Amino acid sequence: MSFEEYKNLWVFVETEENEAKNVGFELLNPGRELADKMGEKLVAVVIGGKVEDIAKKTIEYGADEAIIVEGDEYFNYSTDAFGNAMKTLVNKYKPAACLVGATNNGRDLGPRMACDLNTGLTADCTGLDFDVEAKNMVWTRPAFGGNLMAMILCPDNRPQLGTVRPGVFKKPELKEGKTGEIIREDIHIDPSQIRTKIIERIKEVAEAVNLEEADVIVSGGRGVGGPDGFKPLEELADVLGGVVGCSRACVDAGWIAHAHQVGQTGKTVGPKIYIACGISGAIQHVAGIAGSDIVIAINKDAEAPIFSVADYGIVGDLFQVVPALTEEIKKLRA
Amino acid sequence: MRILVCVKQVPDTTEIKIDPVKNTLIRDGVPSIVNTFDAYALEVAARIKDNDPSTKITLLSMGPAQAKDALRECLAKGGEEAYLCTDRKFGGSDTLATSYILSTAIQQIEKEKGEKFDLILCGKQAIDGDTGQVGPEIGSHLGIPQLTYISEITETAADHIVGKRESDQGYDLISVQLPAVVTIVKTPFDPRFPKLKDTMRARKTEIKEITFEDVKDIIDETRIGLKGSPTKVRKTYTPQRNKECLMIKEEDAKADAAKLVTLLSDAKLL
Ligand SMILES: Cc1cc2nc3c(=O)[nH]c(=O)nc-3n(C[C@H](O)[C@H](O)[C@H](O)COP(=O)(O)OP(=O)(O)OC[C@H]3O[C@@H](n4cnc5c(N)ncnc54)[C@H](O)[C@@H]3O)c2cc1C
Ligand SMILES: Nc1ncnc2c1ncn2[C@@H]1O[C@H](COP(=O)(O)O)[C@@H](O)[C@H]1O
Repeated sequence: MSFEEYKNLWVFVETEENEAKNVGFELLNPGRELADKMGEKLVAVVIGGKVEDIAKKTIEYGADEAIIVEGDEYFNYSTDAFGNAMKTLVNKYKPAACLVGATNNGRDLGPRMACDLNTGLTADCTGLDFDVEAKNMVWTRPAFGGNLMAMILCPDNRPQLGTVRPGVFKKPELKEGKTGEIIREDIHIDPSQIRTKIIERIKEVAEAVNLEEADVIVSGGRGVGGPDGFKPLEELADVLGGVVGCSRACVDAGWIAHAHQVGQTGKTVGPKIYIACGISGAIQHVAGIAGSDIVIAINKDAEAPIFSVADYGIVGDLFQVVPALTEEIKKLRA
Repeated sequence: MRILVCVKQVPDTTEIKIDPVKNTLIRDGVPSIVNTFDAYALEVAARIKDNDPSTKITLLSMGPAQAKDALRECLAKGGEEAYLCTDRKFGGSDTLATSYILSTAIQQIEKEKGEKFDLILCGKQAIDGDTGQVGPEIGSHLGIPQLTYISEITETAADHIVGKRESDQGYDLISVQLPAVVTIVKTPFDPRFPKLKDTMRARKTEIKEITFEDVKDIIDETRIGLKGSPTKVRKTYTPQRNKECLMIKEEDAKADAAKLVTLLSDAKLL
């Protein structure tokens, strides 16, 4: 394998029903920095039903150029159609590295690519760097439920692949009107080769809970005591223009939907303010909030580990503190 | 239906502690458990068997001899037979190499039995590595389709199954052709407790070892172990989590709240 042939940094921008997932745009932010460090181009790869507008947007978000693949078979994700398209593209263009958002679909596609291309994949990265001397990507990821961080290299195979968690990086600034080349690739697969079929898409929640995008998250843990315990948290979230999150204990107890869960097996979030109410601060929970600018902890127990990752702490009963906070903020805003 | 469940033995990550001096992981005395998501995968298989008693469940693990404990536990919860891939040469494998070894073992087992597995179940991810790559990669190595992040299998037929896959707004019902690899997330039901007689049977069941020798005709030695792994760990470190937390201690909750709001608005955070 001649490494000289492998050039540019790719960001796979996931789409679903012609809408881009935010993580794709987020990745253009570290992607820009990495490509500059490599002295190469940042290329967005957009596959979907009709995605030219998304490709234009990736350029406004900082990509030098975009490669698009369009077709009805890409309107919804399938491993076979997307895997085939990515394999074909990589073999043709030979990128040095490719970043993929660690959504369910991204984490389904990544391993398929790694196998098809016989290369290494680092999952769920929270940190990205490029070693200029060795010309290697340096992928940083949590392991053992966030107890340990590991720096991973893929020195002898190309392309270097990594999935990156949503919410870890912020979207870059949009430069309206910025232009760049959009390359169209005609790749199709026989429908009989798509071995999975979506029978039905069931939308249970009226709105997708957008924890990854939120500026403010008010999260509840076992301390809220039951489904009704989330009410005061919702009220606080409302006055702050934020959304409600939770720990896994609440999901396990059936108090709130999994879509709200923050942590290792939930969402990774990066709000301006994260308010943890009645959450002890287990490592698996804390693993999901490292990207927050400010963490505020409210807990009855002064010894709760959540205080060791918080910027502001109040030892007290959340049922008194949270409504009081709502009142104070209303006063401030009045 | 012939089902294979891939089971990994992992340290209980909720019990892991950090050595405050050396800043490393203390693994001594940390209990080993069956990977949480693999236990869910086994329960999904056991439920298929409840509905169709002709179903057979085979278990497969890769790891040191100690991993037999995990396999025994799974034998008691619905597995009929178990295999352990164990060899020095397999050590140090990353996900690509691990999935390659497991897929080779699967082919070997299929050859010995003269029949193929219809369904290969894996956990969504192992709680020590958290990568979630081994399942889909087994599918790719074997050239069969994959269906990931499934919480329930709602329909089984001779040539396909239907699973419920989590989505941002609810779930998708997806069918996949068999044979296939399916990875399982947390299920809406709990894994069962073994019956005493099944525990007794599991204790007596021989766990068959698969070593490098057993697969040497079909395995490519350059693709296994530390050397055959494309990813390398450069270093590990413990994340810093000693933030300076400003504790607010006013006379009551109302005053605490007022103080916090003042601090936040002074810091231009509101
Ligand atoms: C493989 C694996 C993955 C996991 N993934 C996740 C994950 O993604 N996200 C996650 O959150 N967890 C996860 N967990 C679970 C995690 O280990 C903890 O069990 C969980 O986070 C605990 O939730 P909690 O803090 O709400 O509950 P607890 O630990 O029970 O804490 C409740 C807290 O509330 C306080 N409290 C009680 N009443 C009040 C009150 N009235 N006012 C103020 N404070 C009060 C208590 O002092 C206590 O600190 C995972 C575990 C495993 C093994
Ligand atoms: N050593 C192993 N032995 C058996 N199964 C494994 C092993 N490693 C991973 N798996 C399977 O692959 C899934 C995903 O693992 P991972 O990619 O390591 O997160 C696990 O839930 C297991 O079902």
